[in-house]
Amino acid sequence: MKHIVSIEDLDNKSIMSLLKRASELLPVAEGKKKSDKLKGKILSTCFFEPSTRTRLSFESAMQRLGGSCIGFADPSATSHLKGETLSDAIRMVSGYSDAVVLRHPREGAAKLASEVSDVPIINGGDGAGQHPTQTLLDLFTIKEEIGKLENLKVGMLGDLRYGRTVHSLSQALDRFNTKLYFISPESLAMPDHVTDELTNDWSTHQNLESVLSELDVLYVTRIQKERFPDVEDYKRVAGAYRINSELLNNAKPKMKILHPLPRVDEISTNVDNTKHAAYFRQAFNGIPVRMALLEKLIGDK
Amino acid sequence: MSDNLLRVQPIRNGTVIDHIKASRGKKVLDILNLSGSDTTISLLINVQSKIQKRKDIIKIEDRELNEIEIEKLALLSPDAIVNIIRNYSVADKIKIEIPEFISEIVHCPNENCICNNERSVSTNFKLLNKENLQIKCTYCGRKMDEENINFI
Repeated sequence: MKHIVSIEDLDNKSIMSLLKRASELLPVAEGKKKSDKLKGKILSTCFFEPSTRTRLSFESAMQRLGGSCIGFADPSATSHLKGETLSDAIRMVSGYSDAVVLRHPREGAAKLASEVSDVPIINGGDGAGQHPTQTLLDLFTIKEEIGKLENLKVGMLGDLRYGRTVHSLSQALDRFNTKLYFISPESLAMPDHVTDELTNDWSTHQNLESVLSELDVLYVTRIQKERFPDVEDYKRVAGAYRINSELLNNAKPKMKILHPLPRVDEISTNVDNTKHAAYFRQAFNGIPVRMALLEKLIGDK
Repeated sequence: MSDNLLRVQPIRNGTVIDHIKASRGKKVLDILNLSGSDTTISLLINVQSKIQKRKDIIKIEDRELNEIEIEKLALLSPDAIVNIIRNYSVADKIKIEIPEFISEIVHCPNENCICNNERSVSTNFKLLNKENLQIKCTYCGRKMDEENINFI
């Protein structure tokens, strides 16, 4: 394993071994145990587009393992590099560090970076493209919460058309024999290019109530106002896909709700204290998963 | 003398592209930008063929196709055969093939793809399916089939 550009770079065996290691690293991620596995190593975080959550979790993961970080978080960094190509910037940065996390507004940026870098490139999101560490932390959360990844029934709710997290996650879960339920308004349905590649059973639904009782996991995404030319349409659609604690009476007792966050009001705060809410633990899981990945990419050298 | 020969004379030196997918010949001329060159070119459309039902043929005098042109031709008509003619006889018969990776000859339709936004990056596509032509951008992952391929 050299670069992590797409979740497709990892086979099931590597995914399972990363998730196992992430689980072992939980006490270190929580600060209860110390590690100096990556002492003396440097991680570059190059964010050509802001993403506080991704950047901070990578920096925390690196520092929990005894390593340090350099980089930039400011979108105006792109103007500092004006005239310099991404390839040249990556050649420079890869000489300063042991691995590079790249966030970039253009699709394929991480792939390009991986072609010119001497050190591992980790894709921290490239435009509407890939965000493999998000997929890994989603898989990790499901495994931790449910106890397994195989043969689950997973519902995806909300904006399935534009939400890249649900695209990658669907394709990744499909490798673990998951039955997928796509629940969305017609205008925000899962695109064909995703469903065409699924090998397991999947179905589409317009409302949650009809399938809720079957699900082991419900993955909720935000429906963005910008997708609707008419504000009234947005309000109607967003209202129809809102989750609250009353609705969850029909769910399996162990059903877990995930959400990549930030949420607006698609999950009512009265769900937060139910046994179904897993989304805050999911956000934390970004740390152990990224630690496991950094160990694998930098520590094993 | 067969009908075909009566219609178009043999060429002394140059290239004969045979077994072009029927009605695709005009597009091959355009994409390879052959009509702009100053040599004599003959295009035969819907010729009876033993192998295919109908085919197109292009004869180009005093010019041999280069590698890039042959690669483009492969994407346009994978079953075409390129005959290099020297002194009225076939000096070389090239069975063209779509390469596993197709670089620099096809545009990526995704405007936000890094290959359309960075100097000195050439486009690169992976061949996914040869029979029902499908290629995929190695950068952004956008897939294209025969109908929407745009040549550079």
